[in-house]
Amino acid sequence: MTATTITDATLAEQGTSLWQDAWRRLRKNRLALFGLAVLSTFIVIALVTPWIAPYAYDAQNLDLGASPPSAEHWLGTDIFGRDLLTQIMFGGRISLAVGFVATAVALVIGVTWGAVAGYMGGRVDAVMMRLVDILYALPFMIFIVLLMVVFGRNLLLLFLAIGAVEWLTMARIMRGQVQSLRQQEFVEAAISLGLSPATIVRRHLVPNALGPIIVYTTLTIPSVMLLEAFLSFLGLGVQPPATSWGLLISYGAETMEEYPWLLIFPGAALTLTLFSLNFLGDGLRDALDVRGSGD
Amino acid sequence: MWRFIAGRLLQAIPVILAVITVTFFLVRVAPGGPFDSEKAVIPEVKAALEAQYRLDLPLGQQYLAYLADLAKGELGPSFKYPGRSVNELIAAGLPATAELGAYALLVAVVLGGLAGVIASLKPNSAQDYIPMSVAMIGICMPTFLLGPLLVLLFGIHLEWLPVAGWGDMPGDKILPSLTLGAAYAAYTARLSRAGMLEVMSQDYIRTARAKGLPEWQVVTRHALRGGLIPVVAFLGPAFAGLLAGSFVVETIFQIPGLGRFYVQAAFNRDYTMILGTTVFLSTLIVLFNLLSDVLAAWLNPRLRAQFGEA
Repeated sequence: MTATTITDATLAEQGTSLWQDAWRRLRKNRLALFGLAVLSTFIVIALVTPWIAPYAYDAQNLDLGASPPSAEHWLGTDIFGRDLLTQIMFGGRISLAVGFVATAVALVIGVTWGAVAGYMGGRVDAVMMRLVDILYALPFMIFIVLLMVVFGRNLLLLFLAIGAVEWLTMARIMRGQVQSLRQQEFVEAAISLGLSPATIVRRHLVPNALGPIIVYTTLTIPSVMLLEAFLSFLGLGVQPPATSWGLLISYGAETMEEYPWLLIFPGAALTLTLFSLNFLGDGLRDALDVRGSGD
Repeated sequence: MWRFIAGRLLQAIPVILAVITVTFFLVRVAPGGPFDSEKAVIPEVKAALEAQYRLDLPLGQQYLAYLADLAKGELGPSFKYPGRSVNELIAAGLPATAELGAYALLVAVVLGGLAGVIASLKPNSAQDYIPMSVAMIGICMPTFLLGPLLVLLFGIHLEWLPVAGWGDMPGDKILPSLTLGAAYAAYTARLSRAGMLEVMSQDYIRTARAKGLPEWQVVTRHALRGGLIPVVAFLGPAFAGLLAGSFVVETIFQIPGLGRFYVQAAFNRDYTMILGTTVFLSTLIVLFNLLSDVLAAWLNPRLRAQFGEA
């Protein structure tokens, strides 16, 4: 984003941009920083998993079977003698990827939709937002289950289906932002300079609405990850041989009586990630002074 | 007020129609016929089956016939269990699901509301932080993880409560209701806390205090009504979430309810059952949304004034 991020003349005088200000405030929020640290660690681990995983993903040891945590297998093994830490690391790659990619899909649709509706105003706006209202009323959880049943359970569809559901709130937030920004002088100036609407939206409106977008994106990722885990738990999401945290939890729940670690460790990984994202989102909301996320 | 309700009802109709249409055509374009799994069906039998399920008609006519059936309240025969109608299957599953949902809602509103109100009375104290931290855990802990963990703790280790079933043993309804209600209790706690904090800073609360009412009466008589509006407005979306959550909870605790039937129908590719249940649940959700909107508007004097007293 090369566009100017300084929105307020007084801030410019003090020599701190909105982002420096926000970072200063965020740094004071311990929970948010903790969330950021956990999340960064998990993301880095997910990226390098193929090189650092202690065992091969499909390495079985049927003689060993399910064993509790030990020096060789830090988090124990499952009934096939597969290393649980390795499973969780590879599962995390998919869980995080679904979270980020599906959120990106939602982000693109939502921001575009909201920006166009807010910028055009009038009848276009009314029709576009009316559609959002109607879609809001649809029971999407049921629909996603339906989609996964009808079209088979592939990962790409999972991304699209979840993304297609989660863009609605983003569109509402973006529209509200654009509507209020539209009234401001710099937009009028841009219009009088003869810039095309597309350029104005891209160069002036979206960058200025970045605060709420970032906050809401951070809060969308956990709900997307939860949805993926929910589907995988029911057996409608990620399919073996691939794995995800939701799938590991569902295996763990089946055998928790004898091998509780198979439930507890994947559960901890998922919960910790969701915690971190929520704390970071709340922290960013305070730091960027975004009021009312729309839900 | 009646105009408001009528307006919302009118809005609900296209939504329900959209659900029916989308679901119908989604299910029809699904790959694989419903009888593919049967072993070498004789052509005549297959034709008879297709006639029974109206699969021999053009798609448009199938759709119209389905709409006509729906208008009569008939959801058609099940693909998977010939001889049983989707209506019967739904009727068989509904009581358990409705009861589970009602208990979960009770858990959500009573536990969550109480925690939120208590937290709001002394903001930024231990009385605020402790319930709100628990609420954060409730929001982050998915139902499908909380359920097994509760079973592990109370069912297997402490042996206080049964681990599965519904109405077979005393106390077997406690864990499922808690599991399903927990996340919504957490949201309710956050919403009621925020709502109460806002209301408690209003002038009319100051007036109530100034005329010498004891604090508990200020809260129960004056603040609660306004403070709980966000909670009531949240009940609509919460209901949709509870239904989806019941898929998981009924699977975990082996409860013979609608959610479990739906998931089983999904695996069996019982398309008429999926279609019927989706239409049924969606209508329920839309109506419940409507109810919670109307209730929230009725609780809010400003909105009530806008639409005129009933």
